[in-house]
Amino acid sequence: MTTRRIEITVGIFVALGLAALFMLAVQVSNLGEYRGGDGYEVHAYFNNIGGLKVRAPVTMAGVRVGRVSAITYDAERFQARVSFTISARYDQLPTDTQASIYTAGLLGEQYIALEPGGEDEVLRDGDVILFTQSALVLEELIGRVLVNLTGN
Amino acid sequence: MGPFQRLGRSALGVLERLGRGHLFLLRTLLAMGTLVRRPGLLLREIYSVGVLSLLIIAVSGLFVGMVLGYQGYITLVDFGAAEALGTVVALSLVRELGPVVTALLFAGRAGSALTAEIGLMKATEQLSSMEMMAVDPYKRVIAPRFLAGVISLPLLAAIFSAVGVAGGYFIGVGVLGVDAGAYWSQMQASVDFHEDVMNGVIKSMVFGVVAAWIAVFEGYDATPTSEGVSRATTRTVVHTALAILALDFILTGLMFGDI
Repeated sequence: MTTRRIEITVGIFVALGLAALFMLAVQVSNLGEYRGGDGYEVHAYFNNIGGLKVRAPVTMAGVRVGRVSAITYDAERFQARVSFTISARYDQLPTDTQASIYTAGLLGEQYIALEPGGEDEVLRDGDVILFTQSALVLEELIGRVLVNLTGN
Repeated sequence: MGPFQRLGRSALGVLERLGRGHLFLLRTLLAMGTLVRRPGLLLREIYSVGVLSLLIIAVSGLFVGMVLGYQGYITLVDFGAAEALGTVVALSLVRELGPVVTALLFAGRAGSALTAEIGLMKATEQLSSMEMMAVDPYKRVIAPRFLAGVISLPLLAAIFSAVGVAGGYFIGVGVLGVDAGAYWSQMQASVDFHEDVMNGVIKSMVFGVVAAWIAVFEGYDATPTSEGVSRATTRTVVHTALAILALDFILTGLMFGDI
């Protein structure tokens, strides 16, 4: 085995390893798609966020437009304050946009769905979404159904 | 010799070996500077440690990925969530199986060879004759082999994971009929580059240091007889496997435990 061939095979080996890492980064992980930072942040207050988690998707007509960046509890309003970053590409959201928390599938993760309103003004960085709809908690729903059934 | 003396002697023996191992690591790290001036030494070792392990790593990665494809599908299809197969395959490979299985295979394929080589060098007094010629065996023999292991393992682990994801794709999409778009999009939606891929890379770097350290130390510390070398080789594989699995538990707890 000459030095030249060793050098060539080692070069191929290192290139293969880096290519595999590159493939993991771009094809397997979320590095290729939208990431936070290059967008604007808006806030919304919910009575109940259910199982919503940080980094959950924010969608518009089913298309992902951003991610939840922070969830905190507002002690003055007794509500959950959810901040999410929306990609700078989607800067045409009316100020009366509604935010709802839905579940993807029966057992899927929870996400925020935005529904546009009719105002001409658009949401800017730091704005608060006024119209929100809380997450549906299954136990609550069952409880209400039971009350209705037994009430009659 | 009473039982307490025996216990004390073996405990002291373990401590002494541990101390020798750390001094050995220190001397190896100090000898690393030579490799900047003579990268040819390192290249040769990367060839025998990394390039020659490539085939076994790629083939094992393919089979592990294909098995994950089958097993993940069987479990997920009951919940009507077969589309999440990509997530299952990619997360198990990138977080755990890639680094761990690669390190275990590396210990069997390359670690044992390193130990046997260095142990035989010691048994046939090649190391002593180097010292007599004023060639530092740490610089000439140990450091290049150690660094080659540290460099090779993360690369091998990345190849293992990438080939495994492809194997899972082959079984999931090609054989079992999962939607190809869903396979990739579900995977991309739930695998995070920093949280998952980079933590896997950090894991494999740690495993690389540990596996290479144990392999060269066992060889250098072997009793210079045929039996001693064979025992050292066995010890390399056993100790590396135990160290990797225990370390993996600790690293997983540190990286993913707070979710």
